[in-house]
Amino acid sequence: MKKFLIIFFIFLVFAIVFMSCNKKPQEIRIGGIFPITGAAATFGKSSQEGMQIAVDEFNQKGGIPISGNKMLINPVYDDTAGQPEQAANVCRKQIDQNGVKAIVGAVMSKNSLAIAPICQSKGIVMISSASTNPEVTLKGDHIFRVCFIDPFQGTVMARYVFNELDFTKAAVLYDNGNDYNKGLAHFFEEEFKRLGGEIVASEAFTDEEKTVDFKAQLTKIKAAEPEFLYLPNYYAADALIMKQARELAMEIPAGGGDGWDSPKLTEIGGDAVEGCVFSNHFSKENPSPQVQNFVTKYREQYGKDPDALASLAYDAAYVLLSAIEKSGSTAGADIRDSLKNMNMEGATGKISFDENRNPIKSAVILQIKDGQQKYLTTVNP
Amino acid sequence: MEYLIQQLINGIQLGTMYALLALGYTMVYGIIRLINFAHADIFMIGVYTALFTATRYRVPFPLVIVISMVVCAVLGVVIERLAYKPLRYKPRLSALITALGVSLFLENFCALPFMFGPEYRSFPELIPPKQYVILKQYNITVTNVFLINLLVVSVLLVGLFYLVHHTMIGKKMRAVSLDKTTASLLGVNVDRTISFTFLIGTALAGASGVLYGMTYTSVQSPYLGIWPGWKAFIAAVIGGIGNIPGAVVGAYLMGISEVYATSISSDLGFGIAFAILIIVLIVKPTGLLGKKRQEKV
Repeated sequence: MKKFLIIFFIFLVFAIVFMSCNKKPQEIRIGGIFPITGAAATFGKSSQEGMQIAVDEFNQKGGIPISGNKMLINPVYDDTAGQPEQAANVCRKQIDQNGVKAIVGAVMSKNSLAIAPICQSKGIVMISSASTNPEVTLKGDHIFRVCFIDPFQGTVMARYVFNELDFTKAAVLYDNGNDYNKGLAHFFEEEFKRLGGEIVASEAFTDEEKTVDFKAQLTKIKAAEPEFLYLPNYYAADALIMKQARELAMEIPAGGGDGWDSPKLTEIGGDAVEGCVFSNHFSKENPSPQVQNFVTKYREQYGKDPDALASLAYDAAYVLLSAIEKSGSTAGADIRDSLKNMNMEGATGKISFDENRNPIKSAVILQIKDGQQKYLTTVNP
Repeated sequence: MEYLIQQLINGIQLGTMYALLALGYTMVYGIIRLINFAHADIFMIGVYTALFTATRYRVPFPLVIVISMVVCAVLGVVIERLAYKPLRYKPRLSALITALGVSLFLENFCALPFMFGPEYRSFPELIPPKQYVILKQYNITVTNVFLINLLVVSVLLVGLFYLVHHTMIGKKMRAVSLDKTTASLLGVNVDRTISFTFLIGTALAGASGVLYGMTYTSVQSPYLGIWPGWKAFIAAVIGGIGNIPGAVVGAYLMGISEVYATSISSDLGFGIAFAILIIVLIVKPTGLLGKKRQEKV
């Protein structure tokens, strides 16, 4: 009896597996790979919410016509936890098991670098919403992104600090275990020196998800007497660094990149991050109709204001779905060719792609004032 | 000069954090020869207990420490009773593997959404932060949080030494640590003494958790205990595992050398901990203050 039950159970499992395989899809599956948990969790959640809005917009129109059939979009979301290994695993799972036709993601550069080769080798288009490391799209011609890249962000900040704030001595403190942080730090230093400034200290630490004590590095930086502290890391570490800097009586201004864009920055950092500046993709105060349309929809759906990550994921999904609609095909190569000729206005500015599949667009500089992000200026490429 | 002094203060702050944790490892090892890997996760529970009591119930600071210590102590005793006691007379490796299992269970269970969840949280300010410039001409600063850390750790250490060396239960603990069988022949309740040791060790982890939250004002995730746990464990080994003053010495040695190493080159910080460990173990395999034990056949 027991044996019979076991055999029956095994057959049942097989039956379920085969049934789910043979189902003819009347939908287009699109993958979303984001860090829903871990140190960049708020980025992942925002990204998923932003992507969902673009998907809903297309589904409300009745879906995308593929060879005469209107197909609905079915997003498949998976969590990287910020870990490259896990990102690679869920990427393979989405392509092999879920049968996604294209992937939006990942957010963190180190995760995108892990999944880009997989997408490229399987001929699946991947469009990263927020990975700014230059290497990502160089992994192959199926890899795109909608955010600007590290050289630009580091360079913009160096120019802003040197030209607008008139500082000539800067220090950098970054996580040397993460491609994003290293990239920004490198290009900031390069441009700052090129302009005639001096990098008086360049310090690093390992793994911002585990490091909580930065006082050794900060004490060293303080002794070098910089006028500006550049922190191209993610919000949680930077908020802690700023707190500890203030504890060491370092009152100099500081700034970072788009990794600062999270409400948790001020929640953890409090007064310590007041007055700091950072470069970003998007400002909800921007009056352009595309931005305002997205901001209104996002507010209706989630009852809060969108951040840059949400708007980037929205743009990434939107440009991808438009490309599928335009080509009328879900084959990787067709989507790729259609994306290359894309030219549209999104929530994060005008989007078209250069020969390395990077977007050509502008950056905004924001400042933390009374715990809120205030729009300062726009910097063009 | 001021640079070196400031770094020394940073190192002492880090060492203070490791000291309370290292004590837990060393006490448990001293009494049942078990490396309690779950200790770092009990520390994590201490951090979260402090977080919740302080944010939801707005309990004042001294009470937060007490509540956190009690919660961790209870948890420690429960873990000891459920997971380690049934294996007491089994091969030592079984208990070690169990300890790893308990550790993984605590981390992953607490990371579930209905428990603490995996996301970053900010730790409330239990006392309004202030900083004092000591040695005006050098511009060296200490924070009141640092001073409170030192105070709490000193009080707990004095209490612990008194407990171990001047009370009956302390005498029992030392007796069981020396020889379980003989101690039980002489009328010591071995099980209860071991439970009591867990109770003290994990209570210290609870206190350490509150200090961690206060100092770094952020709670990363239920995995936050792993790193401090490893470093505290190394500190306990450097000091001579099983030896209580040794754990404190090892912790400060670790904290200070880590800070100095980091200030020379940022990449050296964690590596130096292992370098010191290796050197100490080569020169003195029992640790700095550890005594050689005769293995009885």
